[in-house]
Amino acid sequence: MSATTTTTQASRHGSAPSGAPILHVEDLHKSFGPRTVLRGVGFSVARGSVFTVLGPSGAGKSVLLKCLANIEEPDTGKISFDGRVMDFRRKDARAEFHRRCSFLFQGNALFDSLTALENVALPLEQTTALSRSEIRKRSLDALKQLELEDHEDHYPSMLSGGMQKRLALARAIVTRPEMVFFDEPTAGLDPLRRNAVFAMIAKYQKVFGFTALIVTHDVPEALEASSVVALLYQGGICFCGTPAEFSASDHPVVASFRDSSDALRATLAAVRRGEEVISDEEP
Amino acid sequence: MVGSIGNFVVTRVRGLGDYALFVAQSVASALATRRLPSRIARAIYEQGFRCMPVILIVGLFTGLVLGLQGYHVLNRFGSEGLLGALVSLSLVREMAPVLAAIMLVGQAGSALAAELGIQRNSEQIAALETMGVSSHGYLVAPRLIASLVSYPMQTALFVVVGLWGGSLSGSLLLGVDPGVYWSSVERAVKEADVRECFIKALTFGLLTISICAYQGFHAHRVRGSTGARAVSAATTKAVVLSCIAVLAADYVITSFLV
Repeated sequence: MSATTTTTQASRHGSAPSGAPILHVEDLHKSFGPRTVLRGVGFSVARGSVFTVLGPSGAGKSVLLKCLANIEEPDTGKISFDGRVMDFRRKDARAEFHRRCSFLFQGNALFDSLTALENVALPLEQTTALSRSEIRKRSLDALKQLELEDHEDHYPSMLSGGMQKRLALARAIVTRPEMVFFDEPTAGLDPLRRNAVFAMIAKYQKVFGFTALIVTHDVPEALEASSVVALLYQGGICFCGTPAEFSASDHPVVASFRDSSDALRATLAAVRRGEEVISDEEP
Repeated sequence: MVGSIGNFVVTRVRGLGDYALFVAQSVASALATRRLPSRIARAIYEQGFRCMPVILIVGLFTGLVLGLQGYHVLNRFGSEGLLGALVSLSLVREMAPVLAAIMLVGQAGSALAAELGIQRNSEQIAALETMGVSSHGYLVAPRLIASLVSYPMQTALFVVVGLWGGSLSGSLLLGVDPGVYWSSVERAVKEADVRECFIKALTFGLLTISICAYQGFHAHRVRGSTGARAVSAATTKAVVLSCIAVLAADYVITSFLV
């Protein structure tokens, strides 16, 4: 789907975010060899919002996020941050972007040879000229805010999955970023922990006031926690709007993604009745 | 046929260029890395102090064998008095820098390649980049700088222990007078020999640590393997290439300095 179509559709749903966007993406393309992953992705993220990109596995959500966070280089397209087009080839532009944005990885990417406190202190130690005592104070504050103050000397392997997630978030917010990218923050978690992670993001987003861009395939949780949701399908954004608009949308892809549990319920009922079930898609 | 040879050459040249850029980027980014001294100190501990036992053991046995073999060869010509010269020149000019480097590749180099490979796999390197921290400066530069300190020190230690091993087998077991042995050592080893030894140690240190770091850092590029297998393949390649590089560089340096 082209960027123009995306923008048009987003406008039709009345989802244009209020205020100047902190992040604006236009016509982003990315291929790996012959495989095209992103085909003209475009959207805007309003400052202070929770923007969630939904999509099935393999739709290119993580690649999109990595392109936005300058981990992967897009083939073509334009990324504007706070009104300025980002040229990641320039060192100062990269430095400024990384100073103002943080990234929370799917697998947390914590440094396993460093303690919780050292993990949180690392970005401050390496990117600021703060004194050791100030770094320690700010790192301990971040750990305290994420309720990890009793685990400052623990290594990541000594923490539970939920604690590791919180530790990764503490490291992401310790530099007081304006925007945090979350890559599948609930991947592989049970429903209770999924809820807890989304609640944590919503809570700390409110406390610290950062803009959150989340990619996930957990529809119900995302609809509850987000201000705007976009649906990435076959490399393009096929829907962008508020959770209410997503719930009411008659777009076939949105409907099939949103109502997947209804479809499963119908299929299971048919199986129980002994009817022959023809699956549209292989798992 | 010609095409595949061409492809092979182009791939190798490109690889060499990429490696050179990697080293240059690591050295350049060292200047912008904060708290570098503490990371260098840690790397010296890992590459130096932790590798000391293996250097002591290999150095001792190398000296013992040199003393034993040297005594029996020199005995044929009635020149046992030159045992100290034989052991010391063999150690200082060749065996200490080469064997110490190969031992350090086996211990510190392989560990470095595996560590960086795992950090690449678990996205720790990507995490550093997203924090605005230069992964070259933070992870590689301290190791390269530390190698300039730890390799010459380990090589010197290897020489000392090796000389002592040679004296042990030559004097204590085979009856060469200790005074004759040590005075022969003193007369044989010149300043140029010591200089050659340290030039080799410095070169091998930089070569091996940069090769191991390069392989581990790019473990995700290993063809046909992913995850743990890619780390294993990168580590194996790092050790093999480092050993070849040490021997090849030894020949080149010797041919210039001999």
